Amino acid sequence: MADVAIPRAKPQMSEDNAWTRLKHNRNWLGFWFMVPAMAFLIFFLAYPLGLGIWLSFTDTRIGRVGHFVATENYEWLWDDSIFWLSVFNTLLYTFVASALKFAIGLYLALLLNENMPFKAMLRAMVLIPFIVPTVLSALAFWWIFDSQFSIISWSLKHLGLINQNINFLGDTTWARICVIFANIWRGVPFVAITLLAGLQTVSPSLYEAATLDGATRWQNFRFITYPLLTPIIAVVMTFSVLFTFTDFQLIWAMTRGGPVNATHLMATLSYQRAIIAGQLGEGAAISSAMIPFLLAAIMVSWFGLQRRKWQQGENND
Amino acid sequence: MSSVQIRDVRKSFGNFEVLHGVTVPIEDGQFVVLVGPSGCGKSTLLRMLAGLENITSGTISIGDRVVNNVQPKERDIAMVFQNYALYPHMTVADNMGFSLKLRNAGADEINKRVKRAAEILALGPLLDRYPRQLSGGQRQRVAMGRAIVRDPQVFLFDEPLSNLDAKLRVAMRTEIKELHQRLKTTTVYVTHDQIEAMTMADKIVVMHDGIVEQMGTPLELYDKPDNQFVAGFIGSPAMNFLKGHVRVNGVATFEGPNGVKLPLKTAPAASDGRPAVYGVRPEHFTIADDGAEAEIVVVEPTGSETQVFAKIGGEQVVAVFRERHQFNPGEKIRLKPEPSLVHLFDETTGKRLNA
Repeated sequence: MADVAIPRAKPQMSEDNAWTRLKHNRNWLGFWFMVPAMAFLIFFLAYPLGLGIWLSFTDTRIGRVGHFVATENYEWLWDDSIFWLSVFNTLLYTFVASALKFAIGLYLALLLNENMPFKAMLRAMVLIPFIVPTVLSALAFWWIFDSQFSIISWSLKHLGLINQNINFLGDTTWARICVIFANIWRGVPFVAITLLAGLQTVSPSLYEAATLDGATRWQNFRFITYPLLTPIIAVVMTFSVLFTFTDFQLIWAMTRGGPVNATHLMATLSYQRAIIAGQLGEGAAISSAMIPFLLAAIMVSWFGLQRRKWQQGENND
Repeated sequence: MSSVQIRDVRKSFGNFEVLHGVTVPIEDGQFVVLVGPSGCGKSTLLRMLAGLENITSGTISIGDRVVNNVQPKERDIAMVFQNYALYPHMTVADNMGFSLKLRNAGADEINKRVKRAAEILALGPLLDRYPRQLSGGQRQRVAMGRAIVRDPQVFLFDEPLSNLDAKLRVAMRTEIKELHQRLKTTTVYVTHDQIEAMTMADKIVVMHDGIVEQMGTPLELYDKPDNQFVAGFIGSPAMNFLKGHVRVNGVATFEGPNGVKLPLKTAPAASDGRPAVYGVRPEHFTIADDGAEAEIVVVEPTGSETQVFAKIGGEQVVAVFRERHQFNPGEKIRLKPEPSLVHLFDETTGKRLNA
């Protein structure tokens, strides 16, 4: 065989012009496949974000082109107690709501993962708060927490527990509790269903093995379920924190930031200053001030999300 | 180590009974294999033994203790699962030491026992790896290590080799058998593979449709199957069955399909004309001038032996020869079953007729 020459194709370099070569270049083709996605991201994400940041360095108002004022907007905000109150509100809102959503969501997921009658129906029911449009559910809560017609006040009065209506949305503490409650009600399904999906990836034979190894139900959760669920918890909680931090609809429909700015979040304050009051520059500055917080949340999850050693594939180090 | 008694055990899922009264005595230190086709209830029985399924009726005892209502962890058994069920987020060492950790054993104690088990299974260099970083055979050994560490009364194996490739399966088969010879722990092993059952077991329990068809040593089952099911299940290639009638005209013979005459050593009493099934293992055919005429269909040489598929009286049979005959498809040969090794079964009940 060695003496049989393999016939080779004659080099055809001369006929290969740049265009034909480009046509066969996989990277060139790949680039064009990416263009639609890139266009979307640039026009609908990068451009508005960049514009927002640019606006925050100008004194633009509605109907008037602004001038570059460097960090003047931020300097104003630094001395603005309402801004700092909104930062505090946002952090409180995000922290309390996310923690409770996690706890309730995990509990529901564990419950729904058990074998029980009407399992499919219960799982579907859990999703209801998630599919109702936010503004509609906010309006419903608005009525539930109404100062005169609240069904809660009415029920408690008829039970003889209170004599006067509770001023749910008029009292600063009550208002905060109410909006956080509404946010939790709305956010729990997302956490519960995602964690349930995670739970279902855990092989039942692991629980059987652990049971034979002598694990109690709590130990099954502590040593098997929880560690195997951590990657999904990291994802779902990152999203939950981001959604909660940037929440707008619920607050705006229920309280518009009141009473006395007690429920003003950074997003609602930004809207109020930029759109209602027309101070686009200042509103943009408030929005841009959210970026560091969001980045911090993303960084935490990025490190949390890094594939754990046990998830890595075949590396025999 | 201890004996296990399974007495008239039944299991129902709802109204559907899957085990219809199974009784299996297992002696201390015995290696018992439950074998049968899928759906025969062998895995269910093993899971009942482990405590993962409730017992509908009957009793299971380990040692002198009836364990029907004993929690799995109190039964002092260890189980190796088909998919190994290794904890993916724990290293090999943590996987093996998990049961000890749950029992609040000291770190030194855990370390010592894990090391010892790792030594037995040659897992030493892998102790810090995660299950994902192991090959199938290594995972299998870790699963066994997890069982060994506990030093239980009884080992339970649920089809542990079915996820391995053919070559590794043979190697692990030997390894498990050798392990049992060293540790002498009572073992119950479930498989659907009759070769695994034959090669490993002290005692085989053949199950079918929720009942025990027969139990005995591998060779008892091979030499004297109680019924047609066991006869067909044990042995590879499977036993040939030919339908026909027993004839006793001075000499006992069997009249097979299309009047083919087949030899019988003795006929069961008063059985002239009785319809029956004639069973002969492929390896019990010889080529002889007084054999039945057979037309060769396919010849499959495997190297060590040659499998010959041929038609006797229109029915296909398989014969296995150690000799390297030169046969061609279409050729006619004369196959003679060895009369002393022939099995005769009742046509309707499948029960064995000859002694």
